[in-house]
Amino acid sequence: MYMFLQKLFLAPIWLFLAFPAVALADGHAAEGERLFRTLGCAGCHEVGPEGRNKVGPHLNQIIGRTAGAVEGFRYSRAMVGRSEDGLIWDEDMLRAFLMAPADFLPSTRMAYRGVRKAEDIDHLLIFLRTLTPETNLGTANVEPGDPKVAPEILAIEGNVEYGQYLSSTCVTCHQASGESSGIPPIINWPAGAFVTVLHAYKGKSRDNAVMQQITSALGNEEIAALAAYYESIQD
Amino acid sequence: MKLDRRGFLGAGVAAAATLSAPMVLGAAHGKPRVVVVGGGAGGATAARYIAKDSGGAIDVVLIEPSRTYYTCFFSNLYLGGYRDMASLGHSYGAMAAQGVNVVHDWAIGVDRDAKTVALAGGGSIPYDKLILSPGIDFRDGAVQGWDVSAQNAMPHAYKAGSQTELLRAQMESMPQGGTYAMVAPPNPFRCPPGPYERISMVAHYFKENNPTVKILIFDPKAGFSKQALFEDGWTRHYAGMVEWISPDFGGAVDEVRPGSMEVVADGEVVKVDVCNVIPAMKAGRIADLAGVTNDAGWAPVNPHTMATRADENIYVLGDSAQQGDMPKSGFSANSQAKVCANAVRGELTGSTVFPARFSNTCWSLLDTNDGVKVGASYEATDEKITKTSGFISQVGEDAATREATYGESVGWYDGITADMFG
Repeated sequence: MYMFLQKLFLAPIWLFLAFPAVALADGHAAEGERLFRTLGCAGCHEVGPEGRNKVGPHLNQIIGRTAGAVEGFRYSRAMVGRSEDGLIWDEDMLRAFLMAPADFLPSTRMAYRGVRKAEDIDHLLIFLRTLTPETNLGTANVEPGDPKVAPEILAIEGNVEYGQYLSSTCVTCHQASGESSGIPPIINWPAGAFVTVLHAYKGKSRDNAVMQQITSALGNEEIAALAAYYESIQD
Repeated sequence: MKLDRRGFLGAGVAAAATLSAPMVLGAAHGKPRVVVVGGGAGGATAARYIAKDSGGAIDVVLIEPSRTYYTCFFSNLYLGGYRDMASLGHSYGAMAAQGVNVVHDWAIGVDRDAKTVALAGGGSIPYDKLILSPGIDFRDGAVQGWDVSAQNAMPHAYKAGSQTELLRAQMESMPQGGTYAMVAPPNPFRCPPGPYERISMVAHYFKENNPTVKILIFDPKAGFSKQALFEDGWTRHYAGMVEWISPDFGGAVDEVRPGSMEVVADGEVVKVDVCNVIPAMKAGRIADLAGVTNDAGWAPVNPHTMATRADENIYVLGDSAQQGDMPKSGFSANSQAKVCANAVRGELTGSTVFPARFSNTCWSLLDTNDGVKVGASYEATDEKITKTSGFISQVGEDAATREATYGESVGWYDGITADMFG
């Protein structure tokens, strides 16, 4: 189901709905926090150390979390179904949901027509990231300065088996278990984020020499394969 | 070795696997068997990947005499006081738990016709594919006056463990203002920046503990890896302490005299207090015994698979291989092991074989939080492993960059050892 949603997400209908070229947030946490209040999110969702479930579930650690998984909150049957299908709230999925909740999840109880401006969603996602500890958040490594990747490159479907083989280069430094000590963890990243970050190194807009070197030897297909593999790992 | 609960339990599993080895070895149930000799960066990685990725379809035996493996990489940081020896030790317990049959014994011969490996402890193990990753051995007579019987007086410390501890103990008991000498090796040798990182770490130790010590490097080579970076580091951190003597200036050693602690170079006799002799190297002995080495002492391999040119069922990884452009490093061996594991698995089970690709990075520490690195990507051509592009740290980088580079090396150490030992 998850893979299906992903393909759906990349399909032309979504592009028609004024999707940005890349499904990544670039915005600012402060602006996101402001929008969180002014767009009405805060009316139903609490955040922060004191955040509890209200009309909607609290949104701490929302990014990277399985849908419908906050303890003690009664979700709609529709959301429970998605949860059982394994939907994870990565940034791609949240973006699609926030843009048009009722289209993304018919029968959702979230009575909200959707955030109209794509850049507002960027800001909101940046803000939501700040509510998630780094260890759960591969996407934290996507930076506002990372160049957007062309949709046709993002749309390449990676070969997971090839990605697993290629990942044997990565795990010499980035531990397969996701543990880290000086080199960031990269497991469970959403594919779009993975592709964007690797292209940022390949294009040398990020400056780590080892990563520039490694990515110089990776083509679009290799990057897509790695992204597909790393997204497929579930711990 | 980190003696956490997991390590302890794992060690128990390894011991159990060792005890039951003869029985297990007697019954492979018709499964193809891969025997790996040498449990370092090449062998441990290859054994683990073949076992892991074949999902039990291949019987994997690892022959490694040591129960605790001390990594040569980062052992210079032990000399400098940045790591303790225990932090460089790794057990094979986790690997045993992941399906590798770990046999703690010496491989002492290979019968290529019968396809068996003989063990020092008696008996032999049949193989379908044999992977040799035995590191390095020293060439006899490479340094006049030195052989392994002299290694207590003049340690090589180029296989980590007791030799490294011995060298450190000798540094600690140096007289004030004494002379420390290194006899550097000729190319090719394990870890090209290694001797010069070692000098940096030794100088760091003396700067703090015995600052009037003189450090001499007798070098048969006219240049060395990361030379500009090391020399800049020595000038900035250890001004006046380190003297590198190239062959043009008498660096080629005629003889060492372990009894009187003398180095004779260019006809001149130099009295020293500590002498670290790193002799010329060759492939680990088992590669020789298997008959897969050439006159130069290394094992030529097919770059696409790491199979030896001499025998398609014997593969050689890491330091022992003559493969082309990759430096002899733990990172290289680990990288080659994955290509080899993929190829071996493909041959034995028909799994997909992807094109070979290799990478290497070598980090070195100059002084506290002053790390540098050099790295490259490689591809397989029919002739050799060929470097496609590379990078190197620059002289004059800011302190934050150097500190980040050091931090990266620490992360890499944890990453590669997790990748090797599971």
